[in-house]
Amino acid sequence: MKTFRALVWRDILIGMRASGGAALAAAFFALIIVLAPLGLGPDAGTLRAAGPGLFWIAALLATLLGLERVLQPDAEDGTLDLLRLSPLPLELVALAKIAAHWLTSGFIISLLAPLLAPLLSLDTPAIPILAASLLLGTPGLSAIGTAAAALGTSVQRGGMVLAILVLPLNIPFLIFGASAVSAAQANEDPTQALIFLTAASLIALVVGPIAAAAALRLNED
Amino acid sequence: MRLIAEGLAAVRGERVVFQNINFDVASGQALVLHGPNGSGKTTLLRVIAGLLGMLAGRMRVIDKDGAVLTDEARDQSLHFVGHQDAIRPQLRVMETLQFHANLLGAPTKNVDAAIATWGLEPLAELSGGLLSAGQRRRVSLARLSLQRRPLWLLDEPLVALDTPTRARLNDICSKHLAQGGLIVAASHEPFLGDRRTMTLGYQE
Repeated sequence: MKTFRALVWRDILIGMRASGGAALAAAFFALIIVLAPLGLGPDAGTLRAAGPGLFWIAALLATLLGLERVLQPDAEDGTLDLLRLSPLPLELVALAKIAAHWLTSGFIISLLAPLLAPLLSLDTPAIPILAASLLLGTPGLSAIGTAAAALGTSVQRGGMVLAILVLPLNIPFLIFGASAVSAAQANEDPTQALIFLTAASLIALVVGPIAAAAALRLNED
Repeated sequence: MRLIAEGLAAVRGERVVFQNINFDVASGQALVLHGPNGSGKTTLLRVIAGLLGMLAGRMRVIDKDGAVLTDEARDQSLHFVGHQDAIRPQLRVMETLQFHANLLGAPTKNVDAAIATWGLEPLAELSGGLLSAGQRRRVSLARLSLQRRPLWLLDEPLVALDTPTRARLNDICSKHLAQGGLIVAASHEPFLGDRRTMTLGYQE
């Protein structure tokens, strides 16, 4: 447990200090939302209708950014060898990586989103639902991304491959996340969409570490 | 403790890098691997550490009671210092060593002792990105002092080290052997007086 915490803490430190880390993910997310009204025009109705989808697309892309530094640098600098020799099972290594990636991407985005919501004229009652949907959904995005990053350790410069691998698997999160926020805007009950979103996240959090550990064992040489 | 290898063979890609490797290293002994680039020194060290599978042969680590260690127990009784130094530019030397202490299951107080043993006091607060090649090497070797483990696997430990640090490494390794430790090291230069060496060559 101490090893697990140490690994999460180390990755958070690196994520906060690295140039492509937490700050970049947050800035990228904010930029998409800030730029949207410039592209779509100032009409509040259009922005309001596009808002939920835009927020979730921005979240998908922003969480994608940090994935290259989740496992690739560890594989290159020998840290992965030491993790393999440590008593911590690879599944828990992967879970620690997921936690650290989420805390430096999805979590920060979830806190940022309510502040950006007025830019897209989101209805006030929909704002807590937006934050909740991001908090519930983004851990799943980190889990899928980490599993893909583990597969990517065998491919040099796997950045593009990673995106192609991850984005299709993230579609359920986009659909349920955006529809929860849309439902809240239409004064409908968002619970059902949030339940599906949470289910997708939980499945990803169970399957992700197992798949990541299997991938790391596969490319042992 | 004894490390016994019988008929080891390993492949990298399509090529058999070595085959029919036999050795028996007991407590207090060091085995230095020599051989040209690409002769499989690193591969052999990784096979011993269990980081690479072997194509053929058998490798056993036997504890002082004569019992063969399981893979998990073997992982817990060895130090592997490869030529990759596991140092991140974003982390300070102190933070790096604290993380490694945690991975090795060592108490945090051992970090200070390791820093003193390797003369890293002036570097402790520097971030990894500012270290020279020799300094990185020293930080990575300092892992050896974080936790007592009998089997040391060292890949080119002398590379980039200055003369005083080489002497320091030699002292630390000699002390480890005197206390009943085992060392298997790959080196292009004479190491530990080359008391026992094995030369790997290209395989046709």
